Amino acid sequence: MFKHHHFVERNLTLMSVLILITISIGGLVEIIPLYLVRSTIEVVEGVRPYSPLEMRGRDIYIREGCYTCHSQQIRPFRDEVERYGHYSLAAESMYDHPFQWGSKRTGPDLARVGGKYSNEWQVAHLIDPRGVVPESIMPPYSFLAERPLQTDDIFDRMDANIAVGVPYDESMVENAMDDLFVQADPWGDHDGLLARYPKAVVGDLDGDPSRLTEMDALVAYLQILGRMVDFADTAVEDLEAMR
Amino acid sequence: MATERDELTGAETTGHEWDGLKELNNPLPRWWLYILYASIVASVIYSFFVPPIPGVMGVFETTRAVVRQDIELARDAQSANLERIRLASLQEIRDDASLRDFVYSGGSSVFAENCAPCHGPGGAGVPGYPALVDDVWLWGGTLGDIHDTIAYGVRSDDPDTRWSEMIAFGRDDVLNHSEIEDVSHYVLSLSDTDNDREAALRGEVIYAENCATCHGDAGEGDDLLGAPALNDHLWLYGGTLDEVISQVDNPKHGVMPAWHERLDDTTIKMLSVYVHTLGGGQ
Repeated sequence: MFKHHHFVERNLTLMSVLILITISIGGLVEIIPLYLVRSTIEVVEGVRPYSPLEMRGRDIYIREGCYTCHSQQIRPFRDEVERYGHYSLAAESMYDHPFQWGSKRTGPDLARVGGKYSNEWQVAHLIDPRGVVPESIMPPYSFLAERPLQTDDIFDRMDANIAVGVPYDESMVENAMDDLFVQADPWGDHDGLLARYPKAVVGDLDGDPSRLTEMDALVAYLQILGRMVDFADTAVEDLEAMR
Repeated sequence: MATERDELTGAETTGHEWDGLKELNNPLPRWWLYILYASIVASVIYSFFVPPIPGVMGVFETTRAVVRQDIELARDAQSANLERIRLASLQEIRDDASLRDFVYSGGSSVFAENCAPCHGPGGAGVPGYPALVDDVWLWGGTLGDIHDTIAYGVRSDDPDTRWSEMIAFGRDDVLNHSEIEDVSHYVLSLSDTDNDREAALRGEVIYAENCATCHGDAGEGDDLLGAPALNDHLWLYGGTLDEVISQVDNPKHGVMPAWHERLDDTTIKMLSVYVHTLGGGQ
């Protein structure tokens, strides 16, 4: 076994190639089946790409590092399901690049926080967490309400998502700029937006309808979390046939 | 390769030499090796019972089936009480001493997770979010009222939601600024809060014409319309002159989500009775 040890150790190129082969086998064995097997991602109705405003909210969620304290994955344990709702499905984060499952809960899980609290509460809580939840240790994010949302790069962001496999269709891309603004406009015409992005929360999100802020985007994102799949229409057996 | 022994220690060397340095080839500790071998055997057995290959089911059920069974088991254990709650009216649950502990612990844990973020721990209230420990209710404090408010929400997107909206007297130019100031002084006078007597007298007429329909002639409020009483000292959005003026000028309207899709009927019943017991249920 050690006969050629000497030779390999003194031949850097050969050693690099052998290391590469060894590591590749380990990696490929773990990764390739996930792409080939259909049952990796559940087939459920309702999961759609994020609306432009929700997608920008997600960007801010990532930028501010919310994932360092909040997970977005309800594990299949009784205590979690009873507290947060139905356990998370792979399908629910299939358009997330990267996913926000997280690995640490300093704050509560947010996988199904959408619709749990009012927009007003979300804004009040982000501006001053201890103003509404005295025992909270979350830092305040009041600056989000002051900062106008950067909008000029929305088409680039749509393109970037399409490049990694998010199925934004032509009309979604075409209307991206309008959708971005109309979602937070209480007097806007939301029919087109809601046809493209069902269940999106529309209206005055941050309490200031006169302009589009980062707060609008983050609230739009938080309010859709976990609401896309209608579990009443989903067969339990199909979900349980997966690991 | 012939094994070579180190002169000083007597241990085998690996036979490699780097600039005159040789490496000893001491064997790994036995206990360590045995654990390694045992782990290898265990992994083979484990992968038979729980195959790491997507789509291939092992001998054991998936965690998803296990969690469903766990919850069913817990429900079974609670089934006697849950069934009584399901069949009983809210009043019967409230009066049933044998259910009290169950309803209280069930209601309080659901409250802590879902309601306390807005209404405060124990329902103490936060500015803008009504306290539930007092006997003042915006939409009624009977068991049935509380139940419907929880189930369908206030200004939520549910079709059965409670809904009312106060006119924005300033923003929509119904009253001018001095009229708003006068009527605000009058509103403060209803609860004997400090006010300008003369302004309040001017405001009385304005109040009668614009506000009394919903808030009542003496400011007693109307819980069918969600119109808060103005003759008590409790203020949802603050009771200073500026805060009252701001609320007349461009009122804030609280939103409570509908809970009947998130929580099941029995849970909402327990929660209703729990909230009713917090202080001032009617």
